[in-house]
Amino acid sequence: MRAYVPAYELRTPASIEEALAWMAREPGVWQPFAGGTDLMVLLEAGKLAHRRFLNIEKLPELRGVAVASEHVTLGALTTYTEIQRHPILFAEFPLLCRAAEETGSVATQNRGTLGGNIANASPAADSPPALLVYDAELELVSSAGPRWEPYNGFHTGYKKMQMRPDELIARIHLPRTKQGWAQHYRKVGARKAQAISKVCFAAAAQIERREIHDLRLAFASVAPTVIRAAAAESALRGRRVTREVIAAAREALLHDIAPIDDIRSTARYRLRVAQNLLEDFLQCLPS
Amino acid sequence: MRVPEAVAKIEIACTVNGKPRRFRAWPMERLLDVLRRELKLTGTKEGCGEGECGACSVLLDGALVNSCLVPAAQAGGSEIRTIEGLADGEQLAAIQEAFVSCGGAQCGICTPGMVMAAAALLDRHPQPNEEQIRSGLSGNLCRCTGYMKIFEAVVRACQAGGVRR
Repeated sequence: MRAYVPAYELRTPASIEEALAWMAREPGVWQPFAGGTDLMVLLEAGKLAHRRFLNIEKLPELRGVAVASEHVTLGALTTYTEIQRHPILFAEFPLLCRAAEETGSVATQNRGTLGGNIANASPAADSPPALLVYDAELELVSSAGPRWEPYNGFHTGYKKMQMRPDELIARIHLPRTKQGWAQHYRKVGARKAQAISKVCFAAAAQIERREIHDLRLAFASVAPTVIRAAAAESALRGRRVTREVIAAAREALLHDIAPIDDIRSTARYRLRVAQNLLEDFLQCLPS
Repeated sequence: MRVPEAVAKIEIACTVNGKPRRFRAWPMERLLDVLRRELKLTGTKEGCGEGECGACSVLLDGALVNSCLVPAAQAGGSEIRTIEGLADGEQLAAIQEAFVSCGGAQCGICTPGMVMAAAALLDRHPQPNEEQIRSGLSGNLCRCTGYMKIFEAVVRACQAGGVRR
């Protein structure tokens, strides 16, 4: 059933300080509202539990991409379209650009934001696996001040996060450390456009003397949150890619993921596809 | 069941198809509903109401959006272009002419959104290749044409000089 729209409030604070003051005064009552590509769908379905929202969409403090020598920092309101068109992100963070390109449609990409994708906390989101591979850190702000949180471990369970109700995601920080790493992104869905993933995979590996010196493997849609595949990473770190090593990594991956049956796919299919995506990546590594 | 208490309506000022407009709306009312009901611009259609089909596509500050996913409060101060804003009086834009001549419109429900998506595509890529056309229109569903005539219409519109002649 449709929601009763007159009961929903959407206020536009004049500054980030005003937004944070609202959130501090009544923690959990006021929630940030950015591009609306997730929240408006819930509203229309009559499933939007919260009634009071703060329209943060145009707050300048949360916009823009800043490039420094050691890292790139994206404002939480950076849209998927802006990500794809940014030359440094395109050159150095191709997995994030691929994820942005594969999220929803052009219209969704014009409105949807990276901060919103993180805060929506869907285990099937497309950009979080890329953020995990790039060792992203989040800047959370509140009236009490800012703090930094590593993105790995930020999601603690289905739709649960290391974030207080008076906090807002302000920026996403990406260290510029993965240049020269072999990088790979693959989203598997029912069709190319508009699909929500059955399995999504992002990976990067640093090859030295024909060995995997270091690597990151991250998946979506195979656990209650997006995850780093730590066991599979351990099975591969410091190894040469051989048939035996690939088999061991496939086996180790079973300890990292816990897919379920749902409307989009089955646990069995997701498990097999996740293993195959991992093997695909390993087979393509330069030797 | 008790009806929840209503919040206050807000005053919204924006530019629609080049003209300044003011209206009152509930803050979370969909731009789609405001366009159709308050501004009587019924060319914009509702399909799925959840951002999947693109029937309600309009341009918001030059960017293609699904108007079913934009709350009225976020339309304040913006520049909106709807399907009604493409033609010059009776004179259709080249992209509209191309849809007519290629048979790109059948039942017509997806057409306004499809034309707006094509207009946004041609604004950015005046001579798009096939991949760009397919990806630019991939958020718009059509259940009649099989898409080929729509793709042809975009190609013909480029030959005829893009969105506007």
